[in-house]
Amino acid sequence: MTATGIGARVLRTEDKRFLTGTGRYVDDLALARATYAYFLRSPHAHAKIKSIDISAAEKMPGVVAVYTGKDVAESKVGGLICGWVVKDKHGEPHKAPPHPPMALDTVRYVGDTVAMVVANSPEEAKDAAEKIKVDYEVKPSIVDLAHALDKGAPQVHAEAPGNLVYDWEIGSKADVDAALAKAAHVTKIDIVNNRLIPNAMEPRAAAAEYDKGTGHYTLWSTSQNPHVLRLILSAFVLGIPEHKLRVIAPDVGGGFGSKIFCYADETLVCWAAAKVGRPIKWTAERSESFMTDCHGRDHVTHAELALDKDGKFLAFKVETIANMGAYLSTFSTAVPTYLYATLLAGQYTTPVIYANVKAALTNTAPVDAYRGAGRPEATFVIESIVSKAAQELKIDPAELRRKNFIPSTAFPYQTPVALQYDSGNYPPIIDEAMKIADYKGFAARRSEAKARGKLRGIGFSSYIEACGLAPSQVIGQLGGGVGQWESAQIKFNPTGNVQILTGAHSHGQSHETTFAQIVSDKLGVPLENIEVVHGDTATTPFGMGSYGSRSLAVGGSAIMKAADKIIAKGKKIAAHLMEASVNDVVFENGTFKVAGTDKSVPLAQTVFAAYVPHNYPLAELEPGMDENAFYDPANFVYPAGTQICEVEVDPDTGVVEIVNFTAVDDFGNIINPMIVEGQVHGGIVQGVGQALLEKAVYDSDTGQLLSGSFMDYAVPRADDVPSFKLGYKVTPCPHNPLGVKGCGEAGAIAAPAAVMNAVHDALAPLGVTHVPMPATPMNVWRTIHGA
Amino acid sequence: MTISVAMTVNGKPVSGKVEARTLLVQFLREHLGMTGTHVGCDTSQCGACVVHVDGKSVKSCTMLAVQADGANVTTIEGLASSPDKLHPMQEAFRDNHALQCGFCTPGMVMSAIDMVKRHNYQLDEATVRHELEGNLCRCTGYHNIVKAILAAAPAMKAAGV
Repeated sequence: MTATGIGARVLRTEDKRFLTGTGRYVDDLALARATYAYFLRSPHAHAKIKSIDISAAEKMPGVVAVYTGKDVAESKVGGLICGWVVKDKHGEPHKAPPHPPMALDTVRYVGDTVAMVVANSPEEAKDAAEKIKVDYEVKPSIVDLAHALDKGAPQVHAEAPGNLVYDWEIGSKADVDAALAKAAHVTKIDIVNNRLIPNAMEPRAAAAEYDKGTGHYTLWSTSQNPHVLRLILSAFVLGIPEHKLRVIAPDVGGGFGSKIFCYADETLVCWAAAKVGRPIKWTAERSESFMTDCHGRDHVTHAELALDKDGKFLAFKVETIANMGAYLSTFSTAVPTYLYATLLAGQYTTPVIYANVKAALTNTAPVDAYRGAGRPEATFVIESIVSKAAQELKIDPAELRRKNFIPSTAFPYQTPVALQYDSGNYPPIIDEAMKIADYKGFAARRSEAKARGKLRGIGFSSYIEACGLAPSQVIGQLGGGVGQWESAQIKFNPTGNVQILTGAHSHGQSHETTFAQIVSDKLGVPLENIEVVHGDTATTPFGMGSYGSRSLAVGGSAIMKAADKIIAKGKKIAAHLMEASVNDVVFENGTFKVAGTDKSVPLAQTVFAAYVPHNYPLAELEPGMDENAFYDPANFVYPAGTQICEVEVDPDTGVVEIVNFTAVDDFGNIINPMIVEGQVHGGIVQGVGQALLEKAVYDSDTGQLLSGSFMDYAVPRADDVPSFKLGYKVTPCPHNPLGVKGCGEAGAIAAPAAVMNAVHDALAPLGVTHVPMPATPMNVWRTIHGA
Repeated sequence: MTISVAMTVNGKPVSGKVEARTLLVQFLREHLGMTGTHVGCDTSQCGACVVHVDGKSVKSCTMLAVQADGANVTTIEGLASSPDKLHPMQEAFRDNHALQCGFCTPGMVMSAIDMVKRHNYQLDEATVRHELEGNLCRCTGYHNIVKAILAAAPAMKAAGV
């Protein structure tokens, strides 16, 4: 390992600009002659728009234009798309109601876009929007997922009768029912996976400029995947030819999934830029983020686990209703199916599994992928029911898990729910976690807490995830509309420094450091001579962007392939320069050598020769040192780990305090441990937020979003969470060249169950078996007191 | 109607004409083009906009530009004494990987410096966590931010800043 190569704790390249206030986020752009957009949004959850009067708004100072849904429809702007076709249990494609970027005659959630004002300043745009008169006929709404599929529930879209988007299943129901019927023990749970609002710290923003001389559009967007955004806008929504649309996602302040999707706002800003003939900027206010960013999770689930008398899992049955919101967002349909039910084997050998998922429309913001996307929901179901079974059977929760772990000798392991796990070794992970968490000392700590009037509990969560999306052919077979490879270009300059251009996008993940480490390690180029370029469709090769913990496993692998091509070409040049046979040339530490001699040529010299080919095999070899690679993985990657959470509950107030939190993960090989630790910390806190603090609440009667600000929706603060103890075990991924898995989502996937299992363990002496998530003081106190 | 304001920002005199409703953060970002100070919410909760006004940390989204007339304002852009010499708090954030997407970072750093000084360079983890209550971060889980601030306190004392 070199000081800056793979495995080194290298400080981040990107930090200097962020620490000195010179980062460049979308809202920081200063565009000459800019105008500013403000969107008027529906105050009702469900209403017919009888009329819109924009005449007073148009006369307001500074107003450049006012647009309504009619203008958008007349311009032949297409609807926003859902890019993943899920076929229901009868083989029929899911119901796909239209999603106009601006409502035409009906609004379907609080926040649905009704009109757009463009003005010389943001304040003037907002002032003018207040003068728009909309005559609404309010209709009954449905926001409560548990009742969305009830007979007589208000209908969100005529195209989806009964609000049902699909009724989907996986696995053999007959086999599972038979096993449940004759099992020695069946554990049952009914749980709600609370709805979350992602809340990346940078609100979504967009700016667009149209060049009427060339017909070119430039769209700056807070996007996790600028190429995919361009593809969607070009091919489906705006019809701008792909080569006439440049999408730039500069520095982006966090995403967590919420910035994957193609939203109405950026679509309309881009569309209107050509109409007004001036650049348009829009930045969401936080209140708009709460209302209109895609939300996450929101499942209602019943599950049953069959066990034999010794605690061996025999069968697992899961029935889930998943909330889609008012419209189907970009990847919404895949989240509770292929990213959820296919994970229900967890780390266990459960031989038969059946899952039924019904996706429902409601009068709420669209729901789509949020950190973990389906996998946190699956892990919560599995790990909740396993801990409950352990409690019912009076088996130690670690012991029950260990008894059912897939043995390390069984990999590759085919689960009964489609996935084939490539690698893993689970027992050493839980052993290490128990050691770090001092599981043996827990009983004494519990007694000590009891003496202080506190109830102490400990909870396990052993998760598996499938990430590093993904083999394109599998994605295609499952209904995904895109490929899932990633791209890389390694471009040497004549003086020997390097640009790595990637189709992935960094919005906190530290690619500028990690990707450079890979190239530094592989090609022997000093880190300071490497720059990573991402986020601009005009400069980077087409790529799928960053989500699903894929950037390193897929994008990093593409970089490795491109580096191999550089070495292969460099070898030919070096052979020519050293008058040796290519077969005798080896590459070590940045230098080409003729094996068994003292002849050598540094890589930089071959690069120079490639750009100044005066002594160069031009007849056989092109000049230049610039290689592209695309990498389509053979399988998902399967990170796994165990978290152990220890809490103290104050039975008088219901306050839960996390007093100890351990996470041991297997992410395969690690490029930069410092960065991986940061990803795990952040993920855990988002999971802890779900478990203890966060819940998106819509009023059942009015459909109003009640948790619409940081004063009503509790994002974790520094004093809500502890510091963490982390550990690692490594089983390298066998099918990608770096041997890496993914680390971005693991923390958030495992933590909710770890925390809730600890809360349930703490409250077990009181006879409590279920606290609704989040375990807020009120929920805990009410549960304890049966209120 | 516009109102004239003048203040010192990062040691330099600046002035401009603003609306009565113009916030200090808007004056910094839109009038002066100093976009290091960020806006992450509309309810004074997130702290991405924290700057120092006459030596005290202030949420610049909650102060009118006219209220800062005559004041001495320091922003994230004014902390490093030279491009190569960062403030000890900036150094500590880098050394401890206390930032990921960077959006909350300016406010975090400005709050942290004020916190260290108010506590006379002596802090423990519980105090730092409690003091950070007004700054939200969604990336780091706070673990490394807390570590960085605890590391910066003695470094600031040693550097006399």
